[in-house]
Amino acid sequence: MLLEVKGLSVNYGHIEAIRDISFGVAEGTITTLIGANGAGKTTTLKTLSGLRKVREGKVTFDGKDITDLSPERRVKLGISQSPEGRGCFPAMTVRENLDMGAYVRSDRKSAAYAQDLDRVYELFPRLKEREKQAAGSMSGGEQQMLAIGRALMARPKLILLDEPSMGLAPKLIQQIFSIITEINQQGTTVLLVEQNAAQALKRSHEAHILETGEIVRSGSGKELAGDPAVKAAYLGGDV
Amino acid sequence: MEFLLHHFFELTISGLALGSIYALVALGYTLVYGVLQLINFAHSEVFMYGTFAVAWVFVFIGGKESSSSGLMAALPTLLLALVVAMLVSGGVALALERIAYRSLMKRNAPKLIALISAIGASFALSEAMGLRDKFAGWFGLDDNLANYVSKPRDIYTLPVTVNPHGLFTLGDYRVTDVDVLVIVSALLMMVGLDQFIRRTRFGRGIRAVAQDPESAMLMGVNSTRVVQLTFFVGGLMAGAAATLYMLNIGFTRQDAGFLLGVKAFTAAVMGGIGNLRGALLGGLVLGVAENWGAAVLGTGWHDVVAFVLLILILLFRPSGLLGDALGKARA
Ligand SMILES: Nc1ncnc2c1ncn2[C@@H]1O[C@H](COP(=O)(O)OP(=O)(O)OP(=O)(O)O)[C@@H](O)[C@H]1O
Ligand SMILES: [Mg+2]
Repeated sequence: MLLEVKGLSVNYGHIEAIRDISFGVAEGTITTLIGANGAGKTTTLKTLSGLRKVREGKVTFDGKDITDLSPERRVKLGISQSPEGRGCFPAMTVRENLDMGAYVRSDRKSAAYAQDLDRVYELFPRLKEREKQAAGSMSGGEQQMLAIGRALMARPKLILLDEPSMGLAPKLIQQIFSIITEINQQGTTVLLVEQNAAQALKRSHEAHILETGEIVRSGSGKELAGDPAVKAAYLGGDV
Repeated sequence: MEFLLHHFFELTISGLALGSIYALVALGYTLVYGVLQLINFAHSEVFMYGTFAVAWVFVFIGGKESSSSGLMAALPTLLLALVVAMLVSGGVALALERIAYRSLMKRNAPKLIALISAIGASFALSEAMGLRDKFAGWFGLDDNLANYVSKPRDIYTLPVTVNPHGLFTLGDYRVTDVDVLVIVSALLMMVGLDQFIRRTRFGRGIRAVAQDPESAMLMGVNSTRVVQLTFFVGGLMAGAAATLYMLNIGFTRQDAGFLLGVKAFTAAVMGGIGNLRGALLGGLVLGVAENWGAAVLGTGWHDVVAFVLLILILLFRPSGLLGDALGKARA
């Protein structure tokens, strides 16, 4: 397992946002967390990036205990995130946002860096066209591409994607999902959080269902997509 | 009005000199506001400690004996004073961040609480400086400590009087080397800071935290470090301002920061708080407007002009002359 979460609990004050959850993400896979609004998906990802304090439990990444590491150290170890709501830096240009993604890297003048930038521009040609545009003036879809591209610039082993399809037109959703698959095939492990369960399950190797802070079901993407209870709750009946 | 016309260049140049000092101090307010949305009320004291540092360096080098010299002769001491004042002010700003702010921020205290903490820190710093000569013989105070606190204290004069030397004539005013030094070095500092914020990795980190603190952390920006750096850089600028102020005014006191701090804050708001270039513009506009206003209405109106101008500008441009926060400043 590249990432292993054991008995993780996180609180906001007295409210338990996630309670004793355990799951793993195997290297090279796309693993998905699905769940209703407020189930604790975003909290889980923020905790994995070190933005939320762990009340109880343990997180291991690449064999190291990272439970108490700073966000900075985690990025350096190879965990990066495209957050819910994109979180682009609105007054920075597209290029500056991508450079921010590589903030912890010290090889910004190297060929490897230029290559990574090219790779992002290949995945998202739109970003190349808009290199000098302020991120705040881009469309929602473009900002989503930027947020994913920015996370890739850290050269992560594991990329955390929080609702990358949120607010996008159906055609763009298709495109984002196929890009996620492509990123995965290029060697990056993906932990995906999605409301768009049908698409996400279809493309993921593993999936976990989160309900009010607890994991209630786990299985392969196909398995869960075929499960009647899951269908009823998350796939809007027949899909 | 006639006075203004006759002394137009003199008033304008000295207004620009004063305005550049406002602007340098204003940068400290604007930087911290841009990153934390917090008014660092104690920044005026950061500046005031710088003015004392300058005086101490001069006393240390040349003794307490008062003397006068040209700018060139005083330049080496002035440069040393600049470095020391920047470090002292920077150090005070760092201490302030550590003691008065960080633990509050960590606990997500409301910004209002941090403001109160800053006001307290401001008084404490000011009184500590006022009591500086009493600390030496703490137990030898010849009176109750309470009798020393909040009393007006002696002014502290720079032992060396720097005589300005005319360089060239503008209208009917001889522009002096001191005028030029003050304005040019303030501008250089600001250009340097602007480039630092725009071009360097740390500068990018500062802008990132200003625009979206959580995203910045996701990128691996150490936000505590960025906040420290912001305070420190603001302190450095205040120390530079203190040096130019002492060169221009020649004396200081434990409450010297107050009015200057208010003016600098006004300049920052006038230019658009959070906006670095706005702080520069606000400072210069304020310095010149004060001088012109005082020339027309009488010297007693000097400070009134500043605040009337602030109100007028905010009436028509509520977010200041250049508007937009540090975060939003286009690169
Ligand atoms: N900053 C916060 N302060 C207090 N409570 C919070 C905070 N953030 C989240 N919560 C609570 O924690 C719970 C989990 O929230 P979380 O954002 O993780 O849900 P989610 O699964 O990502 O939902 P969504 O699908 O709507 O994004 C919710 O009950 C939410 O109200
Ligand atoms: Mg969420």
